This record gives sequence, C-alpha cells and structure tokens, in this order.
Amino acid sequence: MTTQDAPIADASGRPADEPGSGPTRAGGRFDRLRSIRIAGLGAVFVLFVIAGAVLAPERFLTLNNLYNILLQASVIGIVTIGLTFVILGGGIDLSVGSLVALAGVVAAAPFAQDGGVLAMVAIALAVGALAGLVNGALIAYGRVVAFITTLAMLTTARGLAIRVTDSRPFIISEDAFNTLGTDRLLGVPIPVYFFLAVAVLGWVLLNRTTFGRRTVAIGGNAEASRLAGIDVKRHTMLLYVLSGVLSGLAAVLISAQLTTGSASVGIGYELDAIAAVIIGGASLSGGRGTVVGSVLGILTLTVLANIFALLLIPSDVRQIVQGVIIVVAVLLQGRSRSS
Amino acid sequence: MSKNPDLLLPGVPAGRFDRRRLLRGAAVVGAAGVLGACSGGDDEEAAGAASPAAVAAAGGASTEPGETVRIGFSAPGADHGWQAAISQNAQEAAGQYEDVELILTEGNSTNEAQIAQLRTIIGEDLDALVILPYEGQALTDIALEFMEQGITVVNLDRVFADERAYRTLILGDNYGMGLSAGNYIGRELGDAGGPVAEITGIASLELTAQRSQGFRDALEGYPNVEIVAQEEALFTVDSGLTAAQNLLQAQGELAAIWNHDDDQGIGVEQAIRQSGRTDEFFLVGGAGSRQVMEKIRDGDLYRATVLYPPTMAASAVSLARLIAQSRKMGDLAEAEVPKSITLYSSTVTQDNVDQFIELAFDS
Repeated sequence: MTTQDAPIADASGRPADEPGSGPTRAGGRFDRLRSIRIAGLGAVFVLFVIAGAVLAPERFLTLNNLYNILLQASVIGIVTIGLTFVILGGGIDLSVGSLVALAGVVAAAPFAQDGGVLAMVAIALAVGALAGLVNGALIAYGRVVAFITTLAMLTTARGLAIRVTDSRPFIISEDAFNTLGTDRLLGVPIPVYFFLAVAVLGWVLLNRTTFGRRTVAIGGNAEASRLAGIDVKRHTMLLYVLSGVLSGLAAVLISAQLTTGSASVGIGYELDAIAAVIIGGASLSGGRGTVVGSVLGILTLTVLANIFALLLIPSDVRQIVQGVIIVVAVLLQGRSRSS
Repeated sequence: MSKNPDLLLPGVPAGRFDRRRLLRGAAVVGAAGVLGACSGGDDEEAAGAASPAAVAAAGGASTEPGETVRIGFSAPGADHGWQAAISQNAQEAAGQYEDVELILTEGNSTNEAQIAQLRTIIGEDLDALVILPYEGQALTDIALEFMEQGITVVNLDRVFADERAYRTLILGDNYGMGLSAGNYIGRELGDAGGPVAEITGIASLELTAQRSQGFRDALEGYPNVEIVAQEEALFTVDSGLTAAQNLLQAQGELAAIWNHDDDQGIGVEQAIRQSGRTDEFFLVGGAGSRQVMEKIRDGDLYRATVLYPPTMAASAVSLARLIAQSRKMGDLAEAEVPKSITLYSSTVTQDNVDQFIELAFDS
C-alpha cells in the first residue's frame, strides 16, 4: 500500500484551508490508509458471513437471523457510534453502559410513564445528555483525566440507577414506548431503523460538518487545534454530551425491547463498544477512526457471537476466540499503518 | 413438592422483602472480584421467607426468650438482589427476638474490605458471627480467629476452606435446583420427551456448573429428553434477552427451556414473546420471583420455577442465637444445633404456587 504524500487535506478529505483542518495535514495519506483498513475490515466481515453460511447453512442465512443480528447490534451499535466521536476526539467514555441503565430506569419510572412515550424518550435523552455534560465539563474544564472521570461516572450512574429503581425493575406499561423495541416495520425490527439513522447521521456529522472535522483535529493535536482557533474545551465537552445522548437513545431501545427499566442493563457495553471502535480502525490516542469502521466493527462482533451461538460453541471458547480476533484485528491494522 | 426442610427453624419472618437486583458489578474491566459477588447472588428472587407454617411450627422452646446474645453479621455489599435480601432477612429475623442484638457491618465488595471490617468487630464482645464471605477461601483465616476467641461462626452460602472455621454451615442447593428443574421437565415431557435447552448464569461460576450438573443428572433418568443447547446469560435482563435470541435462532425445535435465574428471565421471556414461539415449549425458571410465580399461576409461558431462598440468612441468625444460648433446635432430638444444613430447592408449579407466592419477592 502506498505511503506517498498526498495532497494536503484533513481526515474528512476536505481541503486543508477549512477551519479546523490545520493539525491533520497528512490527512490524504490517512484517508487512503483508512479506506484500505475499512476495505480490510469489510473483507473480514464478509469472511465471517461466508463462514456462518457454510457452517450453519440452515440457520445463518435466513432473513430472520439477519434481523436478529441487526437487532442485537442496534443498541450497542448506537452506543458505539457515540463512543467513536469521543475516541476520535482523543477521549474515552467508560460510562456508556451505566448511562444506558440510568437513562433507561429514569425513563421507565412511574412519573415518566405518566407522561407518555414522548416524555419517556425525552427524559432518557435528557438524562444521557446531562450525564454526558457532567463528564464533559469535568474533563474539559475540570481537567480530570477522561478515563478517571468516566470511570467514576460508570460507578456513580450505576449506583444512581439502582437507587432510582430501589433494585426493582420498572415494568413499562406504556405500549407506545414498548413498540419502539418490540415492533417491526416492513418486517424489520424498529431499533434497526434507529441504528441505521444514527449511523448515517453520524457519518454526515463526522465527514460533512465542521463539527466532525474539529473532532478529528482535536483528537490529532489538541494544542494545534487550540492555536488554530478551535474552542477545544467546549468541543470536547460536546463530544461527551453526544455520547451521553446516544446512550440515552440506546436506553430507550433496550428498555422498550425488555418492556422493563432495569438497573442491570448495559453492563460491559463500554468494553464491547471500545472493542468495536478499535476493530473499526480507530486509534485510542485519538484523531483516527471512522463511523463506517465502527459500524463494521460492531457488526463483526455481533455476527461472530451469532455464529458461535448457532454452532453451540461453549461460552468459554467464545470468549477466547473473541479476544484473539480483537487482537488480530488490531495487529493487522498496525501492519497497514506501518507498511 | 415438599416444603422446605427448615420447617423446624424458629422465628423465620414471613414478611416481604425488597428485591434487589443482581448487578454484575460496576468495576470497569470484567472485574474478577465482581464475579465473586455473584456467587450465590443469582437467586435473588428466591422466596422471601419461610412459609407461615414454618413460623407456626417454630413455637415452643426455641422461641422463648433466653439470655441476650450479641450476633455480628457480615456479608458482601448489597449491590444486587440476593445480597440485599440476605441482609434484610438477617435483620428481620433478629428483630423478632428480644434477646438478640444484631451488630451489622457495612457490605463489602472485596475480601480485604470484609476482613478489615471483621477486625473492627472482633473485639466487640460478640457471642456469634453470621458471615457470608466474599470468598470462602480468603475469609477462612479471619473466621478461624473468631472461632479461636470463642465466637460461634455460622457460615452462610459460600463455604470456608477449613471446617474448624465454622460451627454451623448453611448452604443453598445449586445442584438441587438443577435436579428439581430437570426432574420437573422430564416428568412434564413424559415418554414423548423432546429437545430441551438451558440458559445458564455466568458460566465461570461454580454454582452455575453445579446447577447444570444437577440438570443433566436429573435428565439422565429421562432417555427421551435431550439437552440440545446451553446458552450463557449474565444474570442481567439484557443478557437474558440476547442469550434467548441466540438460542431460539439456533434451535428449530424445543420442548422446554430451563432458565437458571428469574432475573435474567425478564429478558428471556421477552425474546421468546418477540419470536412468536410461545406455544412451542414451556419455560422453567430459577429463583422464584413474584412476577414469575404470577405467570405460573396464570398458566402462562412459565410452568414452574425452582427456588434458592435467601431466607437462609434468617435461619442463620436463628441458629446463631440458639448455639450462643446453648440451646437445642426446635423439634430435633439432638441436644445441639447440627453442623450443617442444606436448603431444599422447591419446585413451584401451578398446583402449589399459592403456597409460595405470598412469600416471593416483588420484582
């Protein structure tokens, strides 16, 4: 693969003279590598699909299973897209899973259910946004390390969720809300549409807006971005708000599927989401990553889990193989970066 | 099925308890310690208290006030349902006796924290200690110290590595849960048999292995019943959803499913409903939440659930009291409280659900 210097452009492929593009001058090269990486990941994904089709021919390649996979990928996928922005911006958000639980239980609380479906959705998004704002403010203005801040939020939000429910899950009797998780439109489960919409909007936000370019710029070089006139603190804070809002949306979809608001949902989501983002080609040090890669990352993990389940592979073997695959994926990307 | 064998235990309250949920912990990276917290914690919904009959039968000598005893209580942090029910049971049992003073310690989420806390109460002139160790092995030495100081240790649910570390041991019966579930399913399917599947709790826990083993052993007696799949869930509702989705996708035909835990069962049930396969097979739960029992009563998807009651903590306090007062146990002929008691895992079905439902946890 090529490493020759490309015309100066930022990671979004726009000319470098646009605002916020300064720190990513070698973007053209990144761009090309990025495409290669995504193509590589796409190939891996297709390989898994073929493997599934060969190994479990009757069960894997069915429309029902396709929907099953997409449905399972939807909730965690939405979280993953939020996390992609945070990681692109050079941060990390470990609190996403707990925020899903907190937003879910508050939205399912009796007072929220009294307000109807719109109130419940609005409350879930607001809780996510508020928690994200706290994360972001502490990180950007309080100068607390993101890992620590969001780790603290991970435990705090989980604790709050338990407190809100008093450890009894809220049964959701608002059918209009539950429809969001349990119904299908044209045969496709409704959460899948949300996932698709978030993925498309996320791609547009990252690749076609100043916000996206600034995110990449800050993740690549925060100091240079600041010198280039970007309000790095404000932008960083907004990234966590975005992640929080998307956790809130994920909370809506999982609670609706379960017709229950439970404080125990979302445990470990942060790990799955981080794995997906990394498999998707992002760098944990920021500035590198794509929405398409992250979506492929989560789909790959979900398809893998699906194949394991169809083949009745024991869970210990699944864990081992999944770990190996994550490492291999990252190793391969290291190779593509250095070649 | 028959009643609990702890029928003779005195003073077990028949109240309802808050049902706390199992959370596989808030630690960020998998958290081995958290898994420890789950052992035994997956059955948070087990019946909240012994049957009223137990309380009635408990009369007589055992409940007569005796000399006042100070009983310490130590258990892991109540970050999930079963744990919360454990400490609540202990408190309610102690509250029933005017001659018991319960010294509660804060819940702990590591072995070290629990040991440190035990050190703060070891000098408090205790007569007995009821302890559910974070891990039995790790807390054995400190329990030995209590015993050496003449403090009666009652070991709850997770067993110490050394028999000298406790006076009496009270355990739930994970293997028995599997047996009960397996026997129920085997009998229900009869000679026709059929393919059955299992949705387990966290696979790395010994208790999960014990439950599965019991299930397997029971079903060996029913040659036409075959276990065709085992899917792991993590005691949480969303993991139950995913596990059941995968299971249903993998299996074309099923006659019955045993789900180890009624908490994750919320997700399991939703997945089954959304798959539209509710008429194909029946579901057996594990633990015994009120929700599940109501469904059993209504003849819904659930046909049974097998219990793992946190009332063992109430029983432990009662036994600690009797031992500390040097008294015998209820109607037993023995002069002293036995060394170990294993609870029975009752099978709750439509026929006997009324006997259990008033005692189930709200969920």
